[in-house]
Amino acid sequence: MNTNGGQALIKSLELEGVEVIFGLPGGAILPVYDPILDSPIRHVLVRHEQGAGHMAEGFAHATGRPGVAMVTSGPGATNIVTPLADAYMDSIPMVVITGQVPLPSIGTDAFQECDTVGITRGVTKHNELVTRAEDIPMAIRQAFHIATTGRPGPVLVDIPKDIVDPMNPASAMNWNWPTDAEVSSSLPGYKPTSKGHPKKIKEAAALIATARQPVIYAGGGILKARAAEVLRSLAELTGIPVVTTLMARGAFPDDHELCLGMPGMHGNYTAVTAMQKADLLIALGSRFDDRVTGKLDGFAPGAKIIHVDIDPAELGKVRRPDVPIVGDCRLVIEEIIKALNALGGAESRLDITPWRQQVSAWQEQYPLVYEQSQDSGLLKPQYVLEQLRDRSPEDTIVTSGVGQHQMWTSQYWRFNHPYTWVNSGGLGTMGFSIPAAIGAKVGRPDRTVWAVDGDGCFQMTAQELVTAATERIPVKVALLNNAYLGMVRQWQEMFYEERYSEVYLSPDLPDYVKWAEAMGCVALRVESPDEVGPAIDKANEINDRPVVLEFRTDASEKVFPMVSPGTSNDQIDLGPLQNGLGR
Amino acid sequence: MTLQSMTSRRAGSVPPRYHVLSVLVENRAGVLARVSALFARRGYNIYSLAVAPTDDERFSRITVVVDVEQAPLEQVVKQLNKLIHVIKISELDPRDSVERELMLVTVKAPAEVRGQIIELIGVFEGRIIDVGHDELALSLDAHPDRLDDLEDLLRPFGIIDLQRTGRVALPKLERS
Repeated sequence: MNTNGGQALIKSLELEGVEVIFGLPGGAILPVYDPILDSPIRHVLVRHEQGAGHMAEGFAHATGRPGVAMVTSGPGATNIVTPLADAYMDSIPMVVITGQVPLPSIGTDAFQECDTVGITRGVTKHNELVTRAEDIPMAIRQAFHIATTGRPGPVLVDIPKDIVDPMNPASAMNWNWPTDAEVSSSLPGYKPTSKGHPKKIKEAAALIATARQPVIYAGGGILKARAAEVLRSLAELTGIPVVTTLMARGAFPDDHELCLGMPGMHGNYTAVTAMQKADLLIALGSRFDDRVTGKLDGFAPGAKIIHVDIDPAELGKVRRPDVPIVGDCRLVIEEIIKALNALGGAESRLDITPWRQQVSAWQEQYPLVYEQSQDSGLLKPQYVLEQLRDRSPEDTIVTSGVGQHQMWTSQYWRFNHPYTWVNSGGLGTMGFSIPAAIGAKVGRPDRTVWAVDGDGCFQMTAQELVTAATERIPVKVALLNNAYLGMVRQWQEMFYEERYSEVYLSPDLPDYVKWAEAMGCVALRVESPDEVGPAIDKANEINDRPVVLEFRTDASEKVFPMVSPGTSNDQIDLGPLQNGLGR
Repeated sequence: MTLQSMTSRRAGSVPPRYHVLSVLVENRAGVLARVSALFARRGYNIYSLAVAPTDDERFSRITVVVDVEQAPLEQVVKQLNKLIHVIKISELDPRDSVERELMLVTVKAPAEVRGQIIELIGVFEGRIIDVGHDELALSLDAHPDRLDDLEDLLRPFGIIDLQRTGRVALPKLERS
């Protein structure tokens, strides 16, 4: 016996290339924290385990490498359930290590015991309770393999205290490091498909060549597959316009003439309408989410569907594709490009110029609009975001929480680089922004990282700014304070006859500037349009500590366009400034 | 659907909405929980379920009868396939598979009808496994339809206890 489970666990993480662990120790995981002192792995001590999970997600979003979080048993584990569910919905590669009570205590309702594997079964790609010290290296190798291959996702490894505690004989083991082949053969039921079926690829090319009104419907899978470049090649080869879903913002440059931006409930008119009128949707790593499709039987009624996804269960789950292709988006797009070239040059495809002209006409007629009056004290959130965008480096990484501020950020930022937009799409987790920004900044310290947040979200996870200040992780927070749970307020205004139930938060309680300063941040309150630019410039110059800019914004501002829930995307509401433009 | 209404269907084997899935899984702690949790989460009703190790002790086979339409069945299978411990799933068409189920039943058997019950179990090639003063315990392993038939025929005598295992099935062998 030449080592123990605790040391083997840390060594395994080192060999998997882990540079940073986000975590918080506690009783059951204590023995694993001792060898961290001697490890080159950086540990970021969070203030709440949920923060650790979202930081690991932010790290993974920004770098493409799996994020790692480590917490203790019981409440430590339950506090990280939300990030696990978030990562599962958005296919984020993440490995979470949880402590567990010693094996002989499992099932006895021991102190800080809970059925972690049972609780997290439905929100992880996979999870395991390890029962022998010598199984730890294999469990860690499997976890990273599963988290990062196929459709990525979170994997949880639950480790009882006795097998990692050097004081306990159950932790004694001989070091072993499984080979790739041993890892594969230990998972006989796990064989993700990455190459698309050649016959289906030919069918896809034939459909593309004969489409008059095609649209590429790019989803988050493009980013997971590192397929942004080939997506651009496909679009430029065919001249087909591209919509980028909330999870795919940045996967195709917003400045590109073929980019239509975000579709869906708060998508822009052109992106939504182009999909509605399309005769072919090329869905690449997207999953026909209800927020994209609106009322399903009214969605893109005339479109044939090519659906490429690495997860076979997505094909036909919502809308039955005419050409389903299981595979990695990058490899499949490469093959589709080859198949298109094999058909011939541009003359082998139908001319889509009239369609492109129609799309451009929509773009010109229905841009995103808002009105910022320069003299009134009320800031429009869109104005703040445009200023933030224009005054920050082009490759700034932007994170957001969930709600109105998230939609405005997605609408008004110009994402020209992949992996610059980090948000919670599927689960819609309020409070995601700040910890995700910290994780992203740890992964990409060379980049400016702005967390756009709402006042409701800020109050859920702001304590992690203490982590950022202590660990010298200089993220910047743009807090859009409208004193409301804004998106809920918008729905109550529009769909509940302005009966505002439990959505008012107060602009002054808490005092966000004092709170941020107490957490070690530089903080500024911005109340009028002329203060916005200088405050942002000042924040962008500070690089030794976190900054919080509190913008007092107009609570009556609503997110438009909007497709009301339960209605078809044809019934898009452009908002008071554009309705009656005479479509 | 209750056992009662299932057994009241007499013709054919498995009613059309029912599908028999044979799921080969790793023989490990928690696998059954993963499979059954998936059914529950996606809102599918398990009609019967039988699980035991195969000849290779690393694997178990779960035979599950589910109550779904064809389209959701495709989702069930695809979602099951995503479970890391699931190796292989086959849908067994009742026409191309051999199916068996075991039933234990205790039935009222006073002296005046005991002969009839003994005759009945003889016809079905089942067995008497326990004998009481006024009761008999019977067992029958056969095609699930035969179990339905025996159950129906025993009911007038007064069934006291009944336990069925749920069906197990394998594909029919090819003969050419």
